[in-house]
Amino acid sequence: MKCQSCGQPALVHLTEIVNGKKRENHFCQECAEKQQLLKQQDLNLTAILQSVIGQHVGAQVDELARLTCPSCGIKYMEFKAAGRCGCPRDYDVFRVPLLPLLERIHRGVRHVGKIPPHAVERATVLVELRELRKLLREAVESEAYEEAARLRDLIKDKENADEPG
Amino acid sequence: MNLDNLTSTSGEWLRANGPEADIVISSRIRLARNLSTYPFTNRASAHQKAEIEAKLRGYIEKLDFNPRLEYLNLSTVVPLDRQLLVERQLISRELANSEGPRGVGVAPNEIISILVNEEDHIRLQVIRSGFALDDAWQDADQLDDKLEERAPYAFSEEFGYLTACPTNVGTGLRASVMLHLPALVLSKHIEKVFRALQKINLAVRGLYGEGSRASGDFYQISNQVTLGKSETQIISEIRDVIPQIITYERQARQDMLRDNRHAILDRCSRAFGTLKSASMMTSEETMDLLSWVRLGVNLGLVDQITIGELNELFIHTQPAHLQKVLGKQLDSEERNSERSRFLRARLREIENQMN
Repeated sequence: MKCQSCGQPALVHLTEIVNGKKRENHFCQECAEKQQLLKQQDLNLTAILQSVIGQHVGAQVDELARLTCPSCGIKYMEFKAAGRCGCPRDYDVFRVPLLPLLERIHRGVRHVGKIPPHAVERATVLVELRELRKLLREAVESEAYEEAARLRDLIKDKENADEPG
Repeated sequence: MNLDNLTSTSGEWLRANGPEADIVISSRIRLARNLSTYPFTNRASAHQKAEIEAKLRGYIEKLDFNPRLEYLNLSTVVPLDRQLLVERQLISRELANSEGPRGVGVAPNEIISILVNEEDHIRLQVIRSGFALDDAWQDADQLDDKLEERAPYAFSEEFGYLTACPTNVGTGLRASVMLHLPALVLSKHIEKVFRALQKINLAVRGLYGEGSRASGDFYQISNQVTLGKSETQIISEIRDVIPQIITYERQARQDMLRDNRHAILDRCSRAFGTLKSASMMTSEETMDLLSWVRLGVNLGLVDQITIGELNELFIHTQPAHLQKVLGKQLDSEERNSERSRFLRARLREIENQMN
């Protein structure tokens, strides 16, 4: 097919429907650019896409589109396009839209398997440390210095044991 | 680990000494894990990836586990050697072909490997010969605990082990069994088996070859669900269907023997004859012929070779293995000629050992 304005091979084919009447246009790349047809098409495409997405998710999409993980900086739309999370925290940040996805993939949304044994230990040590630091503060405030020194050493020991080697 | 010696040995899981090894080649457990304090590999900077690699390398080298793992820094391993590791199923194609700081810890007997900076920071896998999912899980579970002693994992009470892809989250567990099913393929009953497995949410794929076509009649069956079920549940769902498939395959083999004994014997002997005498052999033809011989041995029609030796040939006739033995790059025609030369020599050697 040839370009309708210059006779070169036509690469751009545009179908216009105006008042129910169909009109086909054929242009070569150069003439199409001259008439700014390509640019116009791009704009239309974006508008069409937006309207399609809007129909399905409506206002929700705006809210989701604004979701960004503060840790790794991934946006919800990037996660959705790639199908991969950026960091462990994304499971928290994108929890609401993730739940139906996980339900579809796994037919389950809650972990019932293994729990990392040392994480439990680490968590326990952290709770203990918090408790000991509180006692230490109280000891210092009430000027019980001997007790404070004992607590300080205990905290130091626990902190060192918690350091993964 | 000396990669130059690998071509003269084979992994322990290939030796066909596990349960039901005539049909089940191997059982594999894979666990996906990540460090809690870094982005996942795809979003980690080069600097972060280097940090992750250095940390995990340290943890892996200090692992208090028998056998001890040897660590390979894959960014310094040449492409041919990386492909060699892929062919031996020690690393994934993705890890071999990706870039940047990454590595693998491997047990000398090749039943354990820990991949570093794949899609997840840690991919731990255990492969066992035959139908031995529980043994593989026990090893993987223990190794996982040892590693976690040092490596703080990304874990949430709600979603379990957190992984880059939501399809792995929860247990991070992929349990798979590799089966040799030539009689079900030949009798065209394999499709029925696939449909039944898909209904209970298990995935089936051909081990070699594109898409659903499996060259060598090897199929891998694995779980898809990783969240909402415990490790034991996931493993038992696979473990419970495998004996049925084994029974179907055995039945199909007996039917073949009963109805077409002469034709089958002829196909197996011709396959063996071609392997021993051809001078050009594509990888695909090799797989097909080896599959026939393997069936022949299991049916008692061929007795000059063992299943373990055949298993090894499936691996040792792959491109990187051939090129490694020769110590140079080969184009595909050179490979076909080298493959047949290798087969002729190896089969003669086996024959001499038997006599």
